[in-house]
Amino acid sequence: MITLLYDGSFDGLLTAVFEVFEYRYKDVEIVSNGRFHQENIFAEIHEVITQSDKAERVLKKLEQNIEKSGIHELLKVYLSEDSELEQLILSAIRQSIQHPDKNILQNYADTDILKISKICKSVSRERHRMTAFVRFEKMQDGVFFAKIDPDFDVLPLIRKHFKDRYQDQKWMIYDLRRNYGILYDLENCEFFYPEEKLDLHKYQQKFHDEEQNYQTLWQRYFTKTNIVERKNLKLHVQHVPKRYWKYLTEKW
Amino acid sequence: MNFERLKEKLEILADAAKYDVSCSSSGGTRKNKKGALGDSSVSGICHTYTEDGRCVSLLKILLTNHCIYDCAYCVSRSSNDIKRAGFTVEEVVDLTINFYRRNYIEGLFLSSGIFKNADTTMERLVRVAKKLRLEENFNGYIHLKSIPGASDELMQEAALYADRLSINLEIPTESGLKLLAPEKNRQDMLSPMKYIQNGIAQYKDEKKIFRKVPKFAPAGQSTQMIVGATNENDLQIIKVADHFYKNFSLKRVYYSGYVPVLEDKRLPSLTTAVPMLRENRLYQSDWLMRFYGFKAEEILDPNMPYLDLEVDPKLSWALRHLHQFPVNLQTADYQMILRIPGIGVKTAQKIVQARRFQILNMDHLKKLGAAVNRAKYFIDFNAGNAYLRYLTDKNFRNLLVGGSSSKFHNQFSQQLSLF
Ligand code: SF4
Repeated sequence: MITLLYDGSFDGLLTAVFEVFEYRYKDVEIVSNGRFHQENIFAEIHEVITQSDKAERVLKKLEQNIEKSGIHELLKVYLSEDSELEQLILSAIRQSIQHPDKNILQNYADTDILKISKICKSVSRERHRMTAFVRFEKMQDGVFFAKIDPDFDVLPLIRKHFKDRYQDQKWMIYDLRRNYGILYDLENCEFFYPEEKLDLHKYQQKFHDEEQNYQTLWQRYFTKTNIVERKNLKLHVQHVPKRYWKYLTEKW
Repeated sequence: MNFERLKEKLEILADAAKYDVSCSSSGGTRKNKKGALGDSSVSGICHTYTEDGRCVSLLKILLTNHCIYDCAYCVSRSSNDIKRAGFTVEEVVDLTINFYRRNYIEGLFLSSGIFKNADTTMERLVRVAKKLRLEENFNGYIHLKSIPGASDELMQEAALYADRLSINLEIPTESGLKLLAPEKNRQDMLSPMKYIQNGIAQYKDEKKIFRKVPKFAPAGQSTQMIVGATNENDLQIIKVADHFYKNFSLKRVYYSGYVPVLEDKRLPSLTTAVPMLRENRLYQSDWLMRFYGFKAEEILDPNMPYLDLEVDPKLSWALRHLHQFPVNLQTADYQMILRIPGIGVKTAQKIVQARRFQILNMDHLKKLGAAVNRAKYFIDFNAGNAYLRYLTDKNFRNLLVGGSSSKFHNQFSQQLSLF
């Protein structure tokens, strides 16, 4: 068994996959640096140095076999932070190389592919929820700020959505768990990685003057649009799981 | 802006608008222009859910609840003694924009009581949409509820700025409408709908020739019917829906179980329960017509004019057509696979894809997302299927109802995934 250690990036992972083929490794595991705990000092370790041209070549090949949409699925597996993500992506790529003429991602009867499809579904659902449950709060400097804490690392998947939607206001979405965010300043829309966690202590004090009013209006609207005679809290919680409540303005 | 007064108005006018269920943001196609605000995604986004479990995607309010009419089923009716209020155009625009900027909503769903006559009211609604589009550069979703009897000119303008227009039929039958809303007539509802339908068709033709024709109600038209305020049967309701899908090219028909809020001898008493299960069955039937290739006549017929409250309409159809089962998963065509109880559109598609790779068995079916506890009785596999012997059992229906009742009886909302 050979362990390929990579730097945790998507490019790094694809480089590792490339090298699995390059060195004709059969029995391998790919592990990211951050998660690696060496148990067996005699284990054979292969350190992968991320090389974008190798990653690029894997992507090219994949694009021929499973198209852009297939690559997007694999990206979702990567962003899922699932403990098996490397193994699943490697398995899918191996299958795809073996059957270049078929879209192997549709072979749902295969255990790995089915897992991939399940993971993609969960990640997509979380992505969708983040387009829905992000709540911006207007700050004194005019920036609309939102904090999120998604189950998967979906920030890269929602950038375009918000970029298309909010072009005439400055905004920022910040992932509390992973400590990075997206910032749009009316021109660029980029990821940022603060050295230290943002200090959100008493940040309400930095709200724009009008912010509290609109929050109150929204809360009143939320209450008034409910039909008491049809109350169905079970359904409500099913749609808006409790773990999101603390970030929702209407659930103050 | 007087915040306290605005808050009070919002409370009154959201409360008065809440019974309208024809409120979704799907079907939007408006793409953002550079530097502007908003973008409508095709599938729509529910930003939150009310405690009754309904999706909130739009700011749904009345412009005013002053109304000169006296429709028996409506809380805003003139004889009802309630607090009245009215927004200014600016206030509605301001709320919409500020809610949208905070990602609370996909856009606006604006309707109104008729405060002077149809055209004055309609003109005010159009003004809101126009201001949002032209002055605020807003590309989010706008749904205007047209006022019955509004003139063609105003409908034309409305369709230029709104994504969707709707006129609520309210009561499925003409006789029911006469009884409960004597001042309204069906023709006043139909002619603006016809006008918009023709406009949409014409727009599509022109779009083929000139790329830059302005959008015309791009998300189409919808309507709403109140269920259970009068005594029409389900067959009548489904037929009306079918008629409007076919002859008015409606995008959606919404069904709203009557919530008894008013004392009136023409209406069910205040203690009557909201017919939620019936409403849910109607939505399921509607899905069958729109996505599963069922015809209205297949779902119900004159001998059986009410939907089965015990089983969903698809299972009900299957039970009446046992001779068409079992269906072989490996060879049956897609349309027939869609008709197997427990198999939805997505699963049916996956089956058709996956069977090219291998011979499917029960285990695969489960993994592909079918509700196997129901589907298993209706399917033939190449390797055979022991459950098929129940198909001919006299107690088959009881077996199915008993085995799944707890699941069915909790499905009360149209916004659940239905099959
Ligand atoms: S016209 Fe509309 S708002 Fe007025 S009473 Fe009838 S349904 Fe209600």
